[in-house]
Amino acid sequence: MQKKKLLKKIASYGVEKLFLLSACVAVLALLVIGVYILVSGLPGMFKIGVGQFLFGEKWSPSEGYYGILTMIIASLAATIGAAVIGVGIGVPTAVFLADIAPKWAVRILRPAVELLAGIPSVVYGYFGLVVLVPFISNTFGGAGNSLLAIIIILGIMILPTIINLSELAIRAVPRSFVEGSLGLGASRMQTFLRVSLPSAKSGITASIILGVGRAIGETMAVILVAGNTPQIPGSILDSVRTLTINIAFEMSYASGIHREALFATGVVLFAIIMILNFTLQAVLNRKAGTRKRRRAGVKPR
Amino acid sequence: MKRSFRILMIAILAAAMFAFSACEQTPIFDDPVEVAEQGAGGQETLPPIGDDGELKGTIEIIGSTSVQPLAEELAREFMKANPDIVVNVQGGGSSVGVTSAINGICDIGTASRSLKETEKGAGLTEHIAALDGIAVVVHPNNSVSDLSAEQVKQIYMGEITNWSEVGGADKPIIVFNREAASGTRGAFIELAKLEEKRDDGSKRLLITSEALEANSNGALKTNVSTKEGAIGYVSMGTIDDTIKAVSIGGVQATAGNVIDGTYTLYRPFLMLTSGQPNAITRAFLEFVKSEAGQEIASQDYISAN
Repeated sequence: MQKKKLLKKIASYGVEKLFLLSACVAVLALLVIGVYILVSGLPGMFKIGVGQFLFGEKWSPSEGYYGILTMIIASLAATIGAAVIGVGIGVPTAVFLADIAPKWAVRILRPAVELLAGIPSVVYGYFGLVVLVPFISNTFGGAGNSLLAIIIILGIMILPTIINLSELAIRAVPRSFVEGSLGLGASRMQTFLRVSLPSAKSGITASIILGVGRAIGETMAVILVAGNTPQIPGSILDSVRTLTINIAFEMSYASGIHREALFATGVVLFAIIMILNFTLQAVLNRKAGTRKRRRAGVKPR
Repeated sequence: MKRSFRILMIAILAAAMFAFSACEQTPIFDDPVEVAEQGAGGQETLPPIGDDGELKGTIEIIGSTSVQPLAEELAREFMKANPDIVVNVQGGGSSVGVTSAINGICDIGTASRSLKETEKGAGLTEHIAALDGIAVVVHPNNSVSDLSAEQVKQIYMGEITNWSEVGGADKPIIVFNREAASGTRGAFIELAKLEEKRDDGSKRLLITSEALEANSNGALKTNVSTKEGAIGYVSMGTIDDTIKAVSIGGVQATAGNVIDGTYTLYRPFLMLTSGQPNAITRAFLEFVKSEAGQEIASQDYISAN
């Protein structure tokens, strides 16, 4: 008996620590990668000059120009555009799936969304290259390899993330909230806008953060449709090069200062993703905070 | 107990950081010059090639996407004759091939251009596998079928921007370039004289900043084949009916015209080794240079002999 109990105790202790160790792997990986990129990238950035690197408009390593402003603008524009499409289509889809859709529609829609998530990014890129790019070229003129093509492809790519997580969040709103609201005479639309959506807001924001993270980091799909010209886009139909494309294009053969400049590009990408994450989270927390305070203030005692 | 565990975790983290900083001191990618010194004594005493039955192992080939189809075809035939040897062929671009060969990442690095001055001192041995022309290509529906060398240059410099200026339809020209690692690009820029030397010896690229870039022969072909106004350049061996090769100054891009010297847009396909290649790598290179190997090369390309 005693022995059995002891064994059980040891086993449970072991498992607990094993899980903790697994959790540490993720943190460790983040630390190692983060430090490695910083150590390899920052010296290059200082050698080139931070201002010249971040705000230089010309990237031509063979001639000694290392400015990534064009790519920062391209990455941000592509991500914002993709987020607009992703949120604009994704959140209503999630609401439809969670609240409104009849069972048969859910049975078709949900597997479809999940399949969309399973398509490899290079396939998105190839589809973009042979279907979307010629379509844009024929409709609006120009090459078709453009910021617009990137935005559409990325917008579709982040849909599954946004739909799945937002739907989960909306479904997680307690039934009693919705019933209470309806019971007080609010219409379905009012209930949705004033009760469901605010309660699910943190989940929806999380879905947007993940979607945006995927969009800004995507490389393979983008490389095929971007046109890859390092220039500041004058319009949505111009060819651009994103930060990720720049690294993927040139890292394999670059050496010396060129290589350091590419790592520095990685540092900038890393920084942008962190800033985006923190900003979105801060906005969310602030909103949640004011709501709590307001509620607390309303309380009589 | 909890505390001891926390200490352990911190120790692991510290160890990882230490190991990591140790890596920093021995860079993964050595300076090419240093490697050159190690690999310079290439031709001294090579270990003997064993009997064919004894050859076994893997040969890694990395580099040019232009050389890739030929390298794969040669590898297939070579593996048929030597079932115990596996030959892996990867793309990446000519500059990748050169860098990989210098750093010893692969057994053979491939390049679809001559070595640059900066690469020549790195102790690489060049083996010419074939010659290949570079064809200037347009959409099949394009009525233009001949351009002068000067017109090609002006199009790539952005001075000619509409097909009507060279006798075609009134359509803007969409200029396609390859990525900087491409040997086809390197050779094209050199042959079409699209760079000029500055006074201090550095080079200035003359290609228009609006040119689009595709990162392989395949991506470039797909782009040109789906846009009527597009122009690009590809390895002559990869031309098919989805794109149309234009003649340069009346000379068709054919193997015959390269051999008799009238078509001047061509470059070597190089297989590069560093230091002393192992027995199976040497056996493969011998096969490439053999009559059987050059027979394969001459199907789509031009034999090196």
